[in-house]
Amino acid sequence: MSKTEFPPSITSRPVYGELEVRPGKHHLMIADAEGAEAILGLASSAPADLWAQTHIIYIPKSTGETYTGDLRALNPAQMYVGPSYEAAKQRIEDTFAKAHMGLQVYLTGTEGLMGQAMAAAIAAGIPHTAIQTEHRGSTARRMQCVHCKGITEDVTTDPFVCSHCGLNLFVRDHYSRRLAAFQGVCIDAEDPGNVPPQVEVFK
Amino acid sequence: MSAGTAKLNVTVAEVKPINELVTRFKFVRTGGGDLPTFSGGAHTVVEMEDGGQTRLNPYSLMSDPADRGAYMVSVRRDDEGRGGSLFMHNNVKEGMEMVISNPVNLFSLDLRAKKHLMLAGGIGITPFIAQMHQLSHTNGLFDLHYSVRTASLGSYAEELQAQYPNRVHVYHDDQDERINLEELLDTQPLGTHIYVCGPKGMIDWVHKTAEELGWPREAVHSEEFLAPASGQPFEVKLAQSNKVIQVGEHQSLLEALEANDVDAPYLCRGGACGQCETTVIECDGKLVHYDHWLTDEQREAGKLIMPCVSRFEGKTLVLDQ
Repeated sequence: MSKTEFPPSITSRPVYGELEVRPGKHHLMIADAEGAEAILGLASSAPADLWAQTHIIYIPKSTGETYTGDLRALNPAQMYVGPSYEAAKQRIEDTFAKAHMGLQVYLTGTEGLMGQAMAAAIAAGIPHTAIQTEHRGSTARRMQCVHCKGITEDVTTDPFVCSHCGLNLFVRDHYSRRLAAFQGVCIDAEDPGNVPPQVEVFK
Repeated sequence: MSAGTAKLNVTVAEVKPINELVTRFKFVRTGGGDLPTFSGGAHTVVEMEDGGQTRLNPYSLMSDPADRGAYMVSVRRDDEGRGGSLFMHNNVKEGMEMVISNPVNLFSLDLRAKKHLMLAGGIGITPFIAQMHQLSHTNGLFDLHYSVRTASLGSYAEELQAQYPNRVHVYHDDQDERINLEELLDTQPLGTHIYVCGPKGMIDWVHKTAEELGWPREAVHSEEFLAPASGQPFEVKLAQSNKVIQVGEHQSLLEALEANDVDAPYLCRGGACGQCETTVIECDGKLVHYDHWLTDEQREAGKLIMPCVSRFEGKTLVLDQ
């Protein structure tokens, strides 16, 4: 699957680029699912010593073993494969805490993964403009319910039901970099029960 | 006209020689009262009435930003310069009344940084003295690496080492001591920002090394005031004010505009801030750019000039001024 083209939107909505190898002595690549393809795509232009300076953190999600073998074959200095962002969070934060300036950060895969890893990188002091991203795979969204503040992962329909408080939420393009989530707003507040039909807009 | 900066009337409270090249000046508000607050890295533009000519030179404020009772600047004497620093050294005495601009900061600390790494060369030390005062009030983390020619010319080096032990590192050129920049940059924790102030060669060296080592551009800050370069005299036509003016050999285009009563905008007068950017309407000749403001593409296009430092060689120059 190649990189995703998103329709034009409000300025709050994140935009993503294409990964390229940048100068640096240490490289941290965080990916989920089809994001593995973007990392594998770097191999053709990578200098010979890149992978020996690279730490890959990979969350396969539904892709299972599809890419893990190819990623390991790159022979990175460190590679971690884990079941979820939450499971990898400690490792990601610890890696940033011990890193030095000059570290290059590459994020690729779903918006939820890139957003959360980006928030961790910014908290560690990297300017957000210096963090590379490339969208691959599912366009499902990580949503915050603006009413109960609960997060619902991998939302594919609009509207959807908040997994915490049960309100019917409209999916906005309004994005919070701090929360790494789009905002969901109650769609039937004035006329309870009058909810438009659910449409699968994100795949 | 200085954009957004009202003038301050001040009295020289102290003139103190620091070493054979550097003298420190202390300004208090004429008639008493507090001076405006500023932040570390700010400068003021000092007006000098020098025999019918008004000189306007920017100097970094080096006093504690928390002290609103007085401002201090340090001036390095440049015997080959255009005369501003010589005027300060030779003509400015205690008790003299002067006019300075409100502080303007084009070299402020990025307070999102986890650590501030300061690199100073020579008189470039002055903005860092104010910044270190500011950071020490808030327990901010910083290191200063200060390169000087000799111990006797190292303005404030000993005082700073005594004040901030283990944080201030001094390198003497005459003892072949050099900043090991690559090792220094490679060992900085994530979230460090670099600030460099000193000679052009040093600033370029730091930017280039940081880029090669993968530092984000946003984490590297620099300040260099340029004295306007001298050059061949030239003539300029001004479309708006319908004047033809002459720019002298040792005069900047901005100074020539001011001498002809054209109210041109400015802020730093050193090619850094972008305030004086002026549109070129017609140019039969070569624009000689000295500023740090215009991009290479803008220079290529030849439609803009920074009158505070840049010049012209050729037949006709018409400005939208």
